[in-house]
Amino acid sequence: MDQAIIIEKGIFIVAIFAITMLFAMYETLAERKIAAWLQDRIGPNRAGPGGILQPLADGLKLFSKEEFFPATENRFLFICGPAISMITALMTSAVIPWGSSLNIMGRDVVLQATDINIGILYVFGVLSIGVYGIMIGGWASNNKFSLMGAMRAASQMISYEVAMGLAIIALTMMTQSLSLSDIAAGQHGWRWNVLYQPVGFLIFLVCSFAETNRTPFDLAECEAELIGGYHTEYSSMKMGFYLFAEYASMFISSTVLAVLYFGAYNYPGMDWVKDNAGANIASILGIGVLFIKICFFIFFYMWIRWTVPRFRYDQLMKLGWKMLIPLAIANIVITGILILFFDNNLHL
Amino acid sequence: MSIQNVSLSGKKIEVSNKKMTFLESLYLVAIAKGLMITIKHLFTRKVTIKYPEETRELSPVYRGQHMLMRDDEGRERCTACGLCALSCPAEAITMKAEERKPEEKHLYREEKYASIYEINMLRCIFCGLCEEACPKQAIYLTKSRVMVKSNTDREEFIYGKEKLVMPLDMAIRNTQMQTAN
Repeated sequence: MDQAIIIEKGIFIVAIFAITMLFAMYETLAERKIAAWLQDRIGPNRAGPGGILQPLADGLKLFSKEEFFPATENRFLFICGPAISMITALMTSAVIPWGSSLNIMGRDVVLQATDINIGILYVFGVLSIGVYGIMIGGWASNNKFSLMGAMRAASQMISYEVAMGLAIIALTMMTQSLSLSDIAAGQHGWRWNVLYQPVGFLIFLVCSFAETNRTPFDLAECEAELIGGYHTEYSSMKMGFYLFAEYASMFISSTVLAVLYFGAYNYPGMDWVKDNAGANIASILGIGVLFIKICFFIFFYMWIRWTVPRFRYDQLMKLGWKMLIPLAIANIVITGILILFFDNNLHL
Repeated sequence: MSIQNVSLSGKKIEVSNKKMTFLESLYLVAIAKGLMITIKHLFTRKVTIKYPEETRELSPVYRGQHMLMRDDEGRERCTACGLCALSCPAEAITMKAEERKPEEKHLYREEKYASIYEINMLRCIFCGLCEEACPKQAIYLTKSRVMVKSNTDREEFIYGKEKLVMPLDMAIRNTQMQTAN
């Protein structure tokens, strides 16, 4: 391994980290703005032009708050909770293919931090660890409301991971690969997976709402019943980390949705651009397209949040176990039959 | 239609507890409908008024701060009869009458005048009954958009004659305009 690749990957990782943070920051503003617009209001507009400095003001406010510790023996775990949430939220971005390769000074630069051949499994693994952040935080708070919120979050995330995994099985049956870069490359031009796996996409979409603890599945922090859920006892920047981790994981899960089902960096007419304007331009355009898709999914998350009321706990469990899992299994069976009949014409 | 089903508002919908089909229980159609409703609101006109920059449009019958009027010779019209204080439902008006001295003829129109005239702005409800009660057309509620500023001192809200009586230059301008016509 030469030094150039270390430098290249280093710069790339820092850039991805910065972009994720920037997105998470401005998602907080976007959420408030979109909430306002959907309710016929105008939202925050005092900090900077159009409220553009609002996230900074929010961050400053959180930093200047009192650092409060509840009467608990588990101070270490109490600090671990938000840290784990944040780390897992950021770790997923390692395997995301952000674009096809760029040619810089005669070197092919792959726009992916690491291309492991079990990319999807890695994403799932990291997502599953995410539940520990909430679980440990809720447990260490030494508070009944926190514990109940954490229990809800844990059971919800575990339940929906099953349906999510089953949705992915149907997808991998088509793509014949677990590597995210292969899946992204396989959706060349218009052959986006959502067109072949609409049901799988729907299941995956619903499950990613549950995995990120977003409305209508935000029972873990349901204010009406649990005060603040697992982060009731948190204050200052530890609280900020939990909120930030939620927004960061929203960005990452939007990215995963775009990469798995909405053609990643592929767009119709990309071959034409490549032939006429060169590979680099086509590749940069592809990155732009990916970010447009990500922004759409982030908007969709917020749009859903201000439309659908929160599910009751029994409805949540019923939807997960009795609706989505049978649907996902049926999806696998039908996909299998179709692949058998049309052989390999469906993919690639 | 039986009498139980009649809805005066026309909005009454019978609650049905029929079992949902599998597709309905996925909530997909219902959520799609809801999404369409909320996205419409994204493009509707926003109702917020950005207060310090914009102010709400006032009603044509808006009643603002009181003013004790002067006649066309610049004399105070008020004769301190106390009818305004009597009519005031909030009991916001207090006054003290005094007899006019011969050398004050250019200041007060009637032989009796209000040496003290106070309106407590914390009590006033801007109903306009003082204006209706006044036989001398001395007190009016103007269309002034100046709001009573908040304060921690109660004394500040008792407006005396120095704040209520029409300024002299305003009276002069009024008279000039009248003679010009």
